[in-house]
Amino acid sequence: MSGFQTNNAVIKWIEYRLPIFSYVNDHLVDYPTPKNLNYWWNFGSLAGVMLVVQIVTGIVLAMHYQPHADLAFASTEHIMRDVNYGWLMRYMHANGGSMFFLAVYIHIFRGIYYGSYKAPREILWWMGIIIFILMMATAFMGYVLPWGQMSFWAATVITNLFSAVPIAGEAIVSWMWGGFSVDNPTLNRFYSLHYLLPFMIFAVVFIHLWALHHRKSNNPLGIDIKGPQDTLPFHPYYTAKDLYGMGVFGVLFAFFLFFAPNYLGHPDNYIPADPLVTPAHIVPEWYFLPFYAILRAIPDKLLGVVAMFASILILFVLPWLDTSKVRSASFRPVYKLLFWAFLVDCIVLGYIGGQPVEGVFIVIGRLATALYFLFFLALPLIGWFEKPKKLPESIAKAVLKEDGGGGGTPEGAAARAEDRG
Amino acid sequence: MADNKGGDGHDAGRRDFLYVATSAMGAVGVGAFAWPLIDQMNPSQDVLALSSIEVDLSAVEEGQSITVSWRGKPVFIRHRTAAEIEAARQVALTDLPDPQGDEERAERPEWLVLVGVCTHLGCVPLGLQGQFKGWFCPCHGSHYDTSGRIRIGPAPTNLEVPGYVFLDDENIKIG
Repeated sequence: MSGFQTNNAVIKWIEYRLPIFSYVNDHLVDYPTPKNLNYWWNFGSLAGVMLVVQIVTGIVLAMHYQPHADLAFASTEHIMRDVNYGWLMRYMHANGGSMFFLAVYIHIFRGIYYGSYKAPREILWWMGIIIFILMMATAFMGYVLPWGQMSFWAATVITNLFSAVPIAGEAIVSWMWGGFSVDNPTLNRFYSLHYLLPFMIFAVVFIHLWALHHRKSNNPLGIDIKGPQDTLPFHPYYTAKDLYGMGVFGVLFAFFLFFAPNYLGHPDNYIPADPLVTPAHIVPEWYFLPFYAILRAIPDKLLGVVAMFASILILFVLPWLDTSKVRSASFRPVYKLLFWAFLVDCIVLGYIGGQPVEGVFIVIGRLATALYFLFFLALPLIGWFEKPKKLPESIAKAVLKEDGGGGGTPEGAAARAEDRG
Repeated sequence: MADNKGGDGHDAGRRDFLYVATSAMGAVGVGAFAWPLIDQMNPSQDVLALSSIEVDLSAVEEGQSITVSWRGKPVFIRHRTAAEIEAARQVALTDLPDPQGDEERAERPEWLVLVGVCTHLGCVPLGLQGQFKGWFCPCHGSHYDTSGRIRIGPAPTNLEVPGYVFLDDENIKIG
């Protein structure tokens, strides 16, 4: 399918031996992309950019950080005070994590709304969940590294989740700690793994993109690409759109980075780790709160942990729980309603996760947890009784109808782009 | 929309301007982001704050040397004998690969202060050795005289004299 042509002898020489120019051309330039993608499709590339920002700033921080229980906290402050632009690197890394999760959460909800997980994109969806799980592990271990109070107690609480495993629990936890409590060996291995996992994420991102480019992007209508009239070349249409989105997203990132760098953090983490005193309120970072709420909603140690892991793992079977053949929620009135209810439920869970376990919060937390799972359990039924709206014949026809024959028709734009080659 | 009616030829100038403006802005952005990434590897503020030291010379007798650590490097402080000063000052400048008078290298003739790093490839030379009884670098055979000047061997320049001041007769501040 490669339409790559050149008269340059050097490029020809390289291309014959390593087809890198046609590869880039096929995947970033001429790559046929549905012409109706909206701004919700910006968040995949945004997440990719945030991964790169995290890896770059992380490598810089690793040049100045000391992964030792006696030195970690001081070396973090050394980065903040002494290292040239160290404050920028650390705040960019800490807030970059939040921005990465924000982009990924929007990306996931976009996939759920438009049915991007359905055939033939199940493996693409799985790779995304694996990335998400790796991200959570990486973020957790990164949070431990500054070795403040929240770091230490987050490490203690999260590793203790595994003590809920019957029989082997104690042995597993002691294996993870490398001792009888969270201590220097724990910090050391977390540092090692925190450095490793982002590169594993990077590898899975490539598989994610491989699957994506094999079956092409889904789109807001959720119908298949039927021919060239339904697509636009990726460059310049979507490179420009992605760059614009990056600019807007960058403003939000810059706001937190320069004006509220500690807003998403917790002040207790500026107190050095003390194994003898637990802070009064143990709260994870915002991106973990919904899962934390599910963990606490169930008044049983093992079942709480099981429910929390289940709330993530259930995403793997989403393509089979949803029995409807129609992808996009735009044509599914019942599913659409349920989607928004699910989104609100996740936000409620996030709020509850940040509140103390008392009074009405317990009741709401349990209700919201039940609704979370109910969403997934209701899906097979909805696919059975829901009457979807009529799907458009093709992307091109739907787009033309929307435009009502205005000035620059998308077909004209596509033709011009091809002329330019 | 109205600007579009002429087709590609008509608004080529406008398109070029947009390309150049976007690229220029992008280049500024990349540069602004790249500088902190580069500068973070320069010496940090706590390293710069430790860049001078004070040394008490009262216990160093004539003919003795001490080695102190300054910016992570050895600094030789030698209380030279009259014979050594004499040897250093009698050499004709034309005999030196890197001509420099001993008077320029030692503010007070009896005290010679040198950065103890061979100017060839950074090894630490050994004292009172080599053909000129100054310093000799064991790595690649550079001979320095009693003024720390290169005489024979691959080193291109004399041993560096760091900036220093005598605070009083018995204390100096290096750096």
